[in-house]
Formats: sequence, C-alpha cells, structure tokens
Amino acid sequence: MLKIDNLHVEIEGGEILKGLGLEVGKGEIHAIMGPNGSGKSTLSNVLMGHPRYDVTDGTIEFMGEDVMELEADERARLGMFLAFQYPSEVPGVSVANFLRTAVNSVREKELAPMEMYRLIQEKMKIMQMDPKFAERYLNEGFSGGEKKRNEILQMLMLEPKLAIMDETDSGLDIDALQVVSKGVNELRGPEFSAVIITHYQRILRYIEPDHVHVMLDGRIVTSGGKDLALQLEDKGYDWVRQEFGSAAQS
Amino acid sequence: MPEDKSIQELGLDEYKFGFHDPEDYFFKTPRKGIDPEIVAMISKHKNEPEWMLEYRLKALESFLSKPTPQWGGDLSDLDFEEIYYYIRPMENQGRSWDDVPDDIKNTFEKLGIPQAERESLAGVGAQYESEVVYHSLKEEWEKSGVVFMDMDSGLREHEDLVREYFGTIIPADDNKFSALNSAVWSGGSFVYVPPGVHIDIPLQAYFRINAENMGQFERTLIIADEGSYVHYIEGCTAPTYTTNSLHSAVVELIAKPNARIRYSTIQNWSHNTYNLVTKRAVAEENATVEWVDGNLGSKLTMKYPAVYLTGEGARGEILSVAYAGDGQHQDAGGKVVHAAPNTSSLITSKSISRGTGRSTYRGLLKVHEGAVGAKSRVECDALLLDENARTDTYPYIEIEEKKVNTEHEATVSKVGEDQLFYLMSRGLSEEAAMAMVVNGFIEPIAKELPLEYAIELNRLIQLEMEGSVG
Repeated sequence: MLKIDNLHVEIEGGEILKGLGLEVGKGEIHAIMGPNGSGKSTLSNVLMGHPRYDVTDGTIEFMGEDVMELEADERARLGMFLAFQYPSEVPGVSVANFLRTAVNSVREKELAPMEMYRLIQEKMKIMQMDPKFAERYLNEGFSGGEKKRNEILQMLMLEPKLAIMDETDSGLDIDALQVVSKGVNELRGPEFSAVIITHYQRILRYIEPDHVHVMLDGRIVTSGGKDLALQLEDKGYDWVRQEFGSAAQS
Repeated sequence: MPEDKSIQELGLDEYKFGFHDPEDYFFKTPRKGIDPEIVAMISKHKNEPEWMLEYRLKALESFLSKPTPQWGGDLSDLDFEEIYYYIRPMENQGRSWDDVPDDIKNTFEKLGIPQAERESLAGVGAQYESEVVYHSLKEEWEKSGVVFMDMDSGLREHEDLVREYFGTIIPADDNKFSALNSAVWSGGSFVYVPPGVHIDIPLQAYFRINAENMGQFERTLIIADEGSYVHYIEGCTAPTYTTNSLHSAVVELIAKPNARIRYSTIQNWSHNTYNLVTKRAVAEENATVEWVDGNLGSKLTMKYPAVYLTGEGARGEILSVAYAGDGQHQDAGGKVVHAAPNTSSLITSKSISRGTGRSTYRGLLKVHEGAVGAKSRVECDALLLDENARTDTYPYIEIEEKKVNTEHEATVSKVGEDQLFYLMSRGLSEEAAMAMVVNGFIEPIAKELPLEYAIELNRLIQLEMEGSVG
C-alpha cells in the first residue's frame, strides 16, 4: 500500500528526515510514536505533498505508484488522506459545502444532492455531531475537539485507502478521543490502512495497531508489535534516546 | 466579427461575454468628442424640454472647466476626444420580448435574460447601448402607481417629478464625471414608488456596452415615497474591445421618511473600460438605504456609493466587493454623512487582488455636529491571492460631534500555502481551492443578494480567476 524508502527531507536548509523507511501493507494500522522534534509532523506533511518541504532523496510509493511528483490533490484522488494536527480555517465556507466539494472532487461521478445530504447526516451521526455543525464555517471558531472530529468526519466522507493521522489525539479529552477512535475503527477493514502518528500511547488503547514504530531524529529507530507502545509508555522517551540515540546520530 | 467567433470557438477568449453584434444603429452622433453642438444634438434628438437642454449645456461648461482628478486611479490614458457620446440602437422601445430585434435578443440570450424573465423576474429594464430597449413591468405595480421606466421616458411622462428631483442629490458640478454625465446622459432608470407601496420582487435592469469607443452615461433616479420599499438590481457585462471605453453613470436615490431602498449592482466591465460612477442617496427620517455593490472587470473603477443621513433615525449600509486582476485597479469604497441624531451606518468592504491587480478602499465617514447618538461601523477586508498583488486603505474620518459611537476595522489576509494545502489534500485542484477561499471571503456580500445574483457573482469571479493559478 505505502512504501517509503530512504526518505530525506529538508525545510529551509535544515534536514528533518534523515533516511526514513516504512512499509504499510493493505489493511494494516501502523502507529508511529516519537518525542517532539523527531520529525513526525514533517513526515505526515511530506506524505501528503506539502509544497514547503524539499525531498532531497528517497522514494514514496503508494499502491505501486511513485507519488513524489504528485500534488496534494492528486494524492487525495489516489486515496490518500491526512488528518491535520492544525487544520486551517476557511471563513465563509460551510462544512457542508466543503464536504460536498471534497467528495465530488475525489469521486469519478458526482453524488446526487440528496444522497450527499444523507451521507453527511449519517457520518455526522457516527461522529456524534449536531446537524447544525454542517452550517458552520470550516474550522472557524472550532474548539480543538471540534476540529479533530471534523477531520475524522472528512475521512469518513472521503473513504480513503490510506489515512495518515497527525497527532489527532493531542488535546482531546477522553470522550472526544473515544468518538474520534470510533470514526477510525468504522473504516477499519481489509481495504483501509492507517498511519497513526502520536506522542502518546493513549489513542492506541482505542485503535489497536498492528505495528508500532518509534521515531527519533528523523528516522525510525525501532519497530515492533503493540507491546512496544506499552513498553514506551512505561519507560518513556529517555529510554529510547539512551537505547537508540547513538544509532540515530551515526 | 468572425475573428471574435473563432476565438470563442477555440475557448481562448479571456472575457467570456466578449461577443458582440454587428453595429447597426439608428442614430449615432456624427463625430467623436464633446462640445455644445453635440450636446444640443443629443437633446434635440430626444425631443427634450428646453430646461433639460439648458441643464446639459451648463453641465458641459462645468465638465470642461474641471480638471481630471489626480487622486485615485490613473486616468492619464483616458481621452475624452476619442469617445462617441451618444448612440441609439433602435427607434422604439420594446415592451414585450417579441418586439426586441433578433441581434439584440441574441445578446440577451447569451446573458440569460429571457430565462430570468421566465423565472418570473418582475420588471426587466435592459439597457443596450444608450437606450432601454426592453422594458416590462408587472401590471399590479402599475395599478398601485409604481413607475419603472427608462430615464428618457421618465422625463417625457413624469416631467414634473423629474424636474423636482433630477440633480438634487448629485448636482451637475459635483465632480468632473457627474458633470459629464449630466451633459450627455442617456437611458438609465426612473423609478417612483408611491407612499406605503412595498415591491416584493426586485426591479431589475441589465446593462451592456456594445459599441467601440462609446461611453455609456446612464442616469438613474429612484424616489421611494414615505413608508415604501423597493429593491433595484442592476447587472452589467460588457464585451471586450481593444480601445478604451468609458462608463460614467450617475445614480440618485431618495428615501423619504420610513422608506427603504436597496440598490444592488454587479458590474463586470471588460478590462479596458473606465468605470467612473457617482452614486449617492439621501435617507430621510427613519429611512434606510442599502447599497450592495460588486465590482469586477474594468481597467479602472472609481466608485464610492454614498448615503447622506439627513433625517433622525435614518440608516445607511454599504456593502461592496471588488476583484482586481492583472492590470486592473479597483478604487472603491463608501461614503456616509451623518447629519441628524440617532442615525446609524455600516460600511463593509471586501476586496480581492491578484497578480498586478490593485484594490483600494477609499471611504469617508462624516458626523456633523448635532448628530447626537450617531453610530457607525466600518469594516474593510482585503484578500491577496499572491505576493505581487496590492491593496491600500484610505479611511477618512471627520467627526464634529462628541456623543457618537464609531468603529473602524481593517484586515489584510493572504491566501496561505497551508490553507491551499489543506483544501488540496481533500482533492480540490489548486484553482478550485483558491476559488473556495475567495467565495468564502465574499460570502457575507453574496448572501445579501438574491440567489441567482449570488450565483452569478461567484461564477463571474471564478471566470475571472480561471487560468490565473499555477
């Protein structure tokens, strides 16, 4: 599904990712954990094609296709999705209008208005959102929790093949975390893969990962099963630094 | 115009409404330029009363004596000697659609006018060249005494009313362009709404310029008598030409006590048109006047709709949106004068600039001494679509009264990389993402327009933006 090899990325001359490699198979959920500054958000932005980052080396393949030269919208149409840590505000554009435009952009055939309406209602119900929410302007004046729910709502509407979730759990209270996790689990199946990028182990209680990777200084330094996340929770990132810090700098 | 057609067939025409009909005119001034002889010729052709001829000639003197304004936009390429000041396309006005000549009808069809008519739009007064050729008004309005006709007919059929109010809100010598309009005006609308009459469906007029080097100088006068209500809508699209066209209108509104006038305009002039318009309204006691103003296209627009609040409790609102693309300058804004107690006003101005486009907000808020309890809020927001685009704000504020409440807020925002990336990550192309941000930005204005106009405004802005990204 997703294959990243020897990825080197710079922003404004500073190297953030230093030879990162990762393979995500069809239907797999991967968690990438790491301390602040390890390059987690850079990875998610680069995967989606943010123009600000310079990829200096390495490859990204999605479903066997090299996506390196593709714009974000082209990647979205292939089935990639990024749940943003800090989604932008778009004043004057309602959530409903945005969802309609987005869904019709990734679909080959436009959805009839009534079907679209029903779909929005259905997905909002899963996310436990008030129907009035659809009329609010996109992310404008949203609380942190509302923004995250809205990201997952978009994911449910777009039904991507691969979702990258950039610290979707940060700043969420336990109720919101449960709802957000429920949204992700809704899509879980043999045709859906996800990369959950997080600082904490907490979200992995609700979305059980198949694989856990630990990121440090722009690389994945160790990988394992879901036990690795528990181990990390127990020992903290200092343990990672002691254990793998030298390897990361070599 | 075969070359025009082929350009359209190739889909290369930058300006989508750039088609035009063969010029087949009933009357046209024999030469370009303006002098007393030309003015007298126009007046004679229209069989006007003597006082109007005198009014025109006096205005001409004023026009000739005034220097071209040096503030605002660059008018140095505007040559008054290179313009035909009057063209009349056909002998009589059409009252029903069937009476309208085919080539004119074709033009309207391309603009969607007949559809609009079918959709039970109320009265359609469409200005083609200097005359209104098509005019219909629902019978029930006529029964209730509403007058909605072109200004020339207004002068013929309601001379007393016209004589009483014409030029009282905007005197001929107000500025160089009001003087020019007063000298050579032709067409425009005359509306009178009797006391207490509410017109629920907007009155609509559609304007087009179709002759190269022809100025369009329409003149509109709307009188809403006590306690009445009217919404007047004017939309303009002009075809593309290579030499400069001049559009210089004068619009006067009078809202008597407790009356309300809403005047909505969407203008989309071709990119070589100078659009220099004087619009002013007087709101008497507890009356309300609202200008909703969308400015697209043109080379230079200078337009500052004004409301003079002369009666206690009067209210004025000016909502404007402007789009300045490459090589365009939109110099727009609003002017409110509080001359009575407890008056209130709201100016909301939104501008979008792209490429070498430049948008300017120029506003005046004046509160006279004695206008106790006046309240005013001015908000101007500029959106820049790229690094080169430019916006300026000139808010002039003159307050002579202490007991007032005024607020002014100005914001400038850029369409950010992150914002575009966010929308594109959901499958929107860069162009669609940009259009979405822009449509969101003008939403507060668009929602004040009737639905079909709001859609047209969004569509026109998208047309202007097409091919401008990436």
